[in-house]
Amino acid sequence: MKQVEITPEVIEEHGLTSEEYEYILSIMGRTPTIVELGIFSVMWSEHASYKNSVKLLKTLPKDGPYMLAKAGDENAGVVDIGDGLAICFKIESHNHPSALEPYHGAATGVGGILRDIFTMGARPIAALNSLRFGLPNNFDTRYLIREAVHGISYYGNSFGVPTVGGEIYFEPCYEGNPLVNAMAVGLVKHDKIARSAAKGVGNLVVYVGAKTGRDGIHGTTFASVEISDESASMRSAIQVGDPFYQKLLLEATLEVINAGLVVGIQDMGAAGLTCSSSEMAGKGEVGIEMHTDRIPQREEGMTPYEIMLSESQERMLVIVEPKDYPAVEAVFHKWDLEVVVVGEVIEEQVLRIVHDGVVEAEIPPEYLILGGKAPVYTRETQEPEYFQRLKNTDLSKLDLSQDPAKELLAMLAHHNLCSRAKVYQQYDHMVQIGTVVEPGSDAAVVAIKGTDKAIALCTDCNSRYCYLDPYEGTRAAVAESALNVAVSGAKPLAISNCLNFGNPYKPEIYWGFGQAIKGMGDACRALDTPVTGGNVSLYNENPESAVYPTPVIGMLGLLEDMKLAITQFFKNEGDLIMLVGNQPQDLGASQYLEMRHGMVAGKVPKLDIDAHKRLIDLLQELSSQKLLKSAHDVSDGGLGVALAECLFGNRDLGAMVTLPTLDNPILSLFGEVQSTVIISFKPSDLEAVTQLVQQAKLKHWILGEVTSDGTLKIKDTLELSTQELYSTWRDALQLK
Amino acid sequence: MRVSVITFPGSNCDIDSRDVFADLGHDSRTIWHKDTDLQNPDLVVLPGGFSYGDYLRSGALARFSPVMKEVISFAKQGGYILGICNGFQVLTEAQLLPGSLLANENLDFICRHQYIRVETGNSPWTHGLDKGRILDIPIAHKKGRYHLDQESLKRLEDNDQVIFRYADEEGRITPEANPNGSVNNIAGICSENRRILGMMPHPERAATKAVVSSDGYEILKAFESYLASGN
Repeated sequence: MKQVEITPEVIEEHGLTSEEYEYILSIMGRTPTIVELGIFSVMWSEHASYKNSVKLLKTLPKDGPYMLAKAGDENAGVVDIGDGLAICFKIESHNHPSALEPYHGAATGVGGILRDIFTMGARPIAALNSLRFGLPNNFDTRYLIREAVHGISYYGNSFGVPTVGGEIYFEPCYEGNPLVNAMAVGLVKHDKIARSAAKGVGNLVVYVGAKTGRDGIHGTTFASVEISDESASMRSAIQVGDPFYQKLLLEATLEVINAGLVVGIQDMGAAGLTCSSSEMAGKGEVGIEMHTDRIPQREEGMTPYEIMLSESQERMLVIVEPKDYPAVEAVFHKWDLEVVVVGEVIEEQVLRIVHDGVVEAEIPPEYLILGGKAPVYTRETQEPEYFQRLKNTDLSKLDLSQDPAKELLAMLAHHNLCSRAKVYQQYDHMVQIGTVVEPGSDAAVVAIKGTDKAIALCTDCNSRYCYLDPYEGTRAAVAESALNVAVSGAKPLAISNCLNFGNPYKPEIYWGFGQAIKGMGDACRALDTPVTGGNVSLYNENPESAVYPTPVIGMLGLLEDMKLAITQFFKNEGDLIMLVGNQPQDLGASQYLEMRHGMVAGKVPKLDIDAHKRLIDLLQELSSQKLLKSAHDVSDGGLGVALAECLFGNRDLGAMVTLPTLDNPILSLFGEVQSTVIISFKPSDLEAVTQLVQQAKLKHWILGEVTSDGTLKIKDTLELSTQELYSTWRDALQLK
Repeated sequence: MRVSVITFPGSNCDIDSRDVFADLGHDSRTIWHKDTDLQNPDLVVLPGGFSYGDYLRSGALARFSPVMKEVISFAKQGGYILGICNGFQVLTEAQLLPGSLLANENLDFICRHQYIRVETGNSPWTHGLDKGRILDIPIAHKKGRYHLDQESLKRLEDNDQVIFRYADEEGRITPEANPNGSVNNIAGICSENRRILGMMPHPERAATKAVVSSDGYEILKAFESYLASGN
């Protein structure tokens, strides 16, 4: 290979600052080779190093009685669910690839997070996704939505994991920079959890999975420095996924892990071989010598630079004792997958890359990895100008005289509130025959095979709240996710998070990021739900502006008995309907304010986290005593939308309701609140329920009862047939 | 009974199918597609999934798997075979059942609950079930639009080989109740000897204590009672 001269232009094209390059010189004591520069460049990129976020992330609570592997220790957090079983879960972004190539961008996002889970020895049992797009009112955006959904559907369905939940919202700020966050959840026995550290000098470094190609290499760099004659033809920087291949890789990987043949294992996601080899060596405090010429290659003439930086999908690096190699080889051959010894674990703590006998790179891995000596920064912060202004907007003079019936129908047809069935019906949500509560209720509930247990899962983030107040908005996101699993009958255990923000070098953005982390930490500490890990995605901007701060929370909850799962839907005529929680103070930050008055303004509904915790505990108690017929969180759209949603399970039912106050129906119906739920129960259980609610010191109102006349009647306010409400809501989302 | 579920590379409902029969107390196992011993089954199940990644055409490559030679000879000897979803596609590709499965009319993958109507009690799979019985059996496919030329279709209908049709809650066979555009709302058919059933809906997804519908038990139990009755 031609030696490329390291000029200031080459350094800049690798995204390294002059300070960072000076640091490289001091580490190496010489000018780096181009392969070394490439390795530093990807490992010190925001994506791999978290250099602008890690200091803040370290303030998040990581400990808890259920934690088996903490955030940062492994590819994903591991949470004990009893009986020797554990859940391994994580959420990750694939925003920029999805903006450019939505189908493969979204598909490989799903593939990458699934690989993170089964690398740990866990079989994926559920997937969720959290999506944000611009308004679905033009062809380009609808194309992005359709293709991203197709990509997720293609990958998850073929792979055979049920996609059971998630969210999709539309705001102008996501135009041109959609968010595609994918979450995967796996089940593993405690004694089968695989580790990522390389150990044992003399052990083999084994490459398994698909061949390495030129896909995913940060295209502009290598093309402009003419690294090889071959690379002149620019390839797409977007990886292409193959779920069929990954399904084979899953089965083979779990087979070798369960047979006890694996010392350490790491998947190749972002930064491919570079990241996996340096992290494995760094975590194990050993070195790795790897021969890039032995890597299976999809095309001829690939340079070590390209091989090390490729982000081809469906690949793994495995550390194996030499005596076990024949058995490992046999398993991968059975599944018709590549398996090659590409190097070995060495004592000297160095990542040494050799190509055709020539040493191309030699870097101590501790300087490359997160938690090691890679650079970390604290950025400047500045409260944005809009913050106080929008928060203190006077909402007292709004015209609230609209017809509540018309407004309820308009809200149910709103793109952020209407049915998501056209999306989730494209995802196989029933494979693996354990889906207890299907998409469309507050949280999905998935049975744990071989037990009576089930887990509840959801993702949440009201980014309008986070824009208006990143601290309160993020606290609210954690609180809502906990409530969503609690109304499903589960105890909230732990979260994963995906932090989608703009450019951290803008002080206003970094301020929001810091506020969000603080809010998340405070809420997680109060609710005893530690942060098991997650992902940070910065630079989410379009030419107009940054996206709303969007810290998506993925919540895990546990039900000891799957039969205690609850849905949001009313069940029987005559059941009483009770509202537990709060009454709205104004229309601040609400979806209604945005829809009817075109305003994103006001104060985020106030969250009393102690009352919130009491509400979650109350729901646990009510469900364990089997007192609940249904439970539904009142969130986006307020009480009016939530009441209608309770009716969408059985359209023959209706409800006769009196609002807690008749002062202002629009405010009562569409004002938004925290820590509030609608529950229904048998009339004979009224006393028992009331007693528990009073013990929890929570405000409550009997709203009325479930009827069989298929009509929602709200006294002195509105009367609409359930069928009209339902069809308006069901048919509103247009994707084609 | 002894149940052998075939695992093709890319099958993803093989374990589900195996477990559902095992839960009912049957001796149920998976057979790797490179194996050639079906292990003396009473029933062979071709499960759902994406065998060979759906490359070329759904089911088109799976029919060339080594194990399929055995499955075909098992069929020729009058063996019982259940093909679900991708398994139905493999059965048509292997010409053990007539017709083919095309892309859904709306071109999207569709996963949802679906009512199907029992069209005849004259099959091992609907033995003892009333004609007209409505079952909630989930569907999950992108290529489930059953297609057959007019002449063959007439023969299929005349021979009473249509076992299930897509229907609405009331059992009406309407275009609105047809999720994928299948001809005559056909959801499942049997072979001329009635021993091979291919169906797009997933009965194994409605036959565990965890899931929402339990109507899949009706089909599995019909088959059990048929075998028990010594037919």
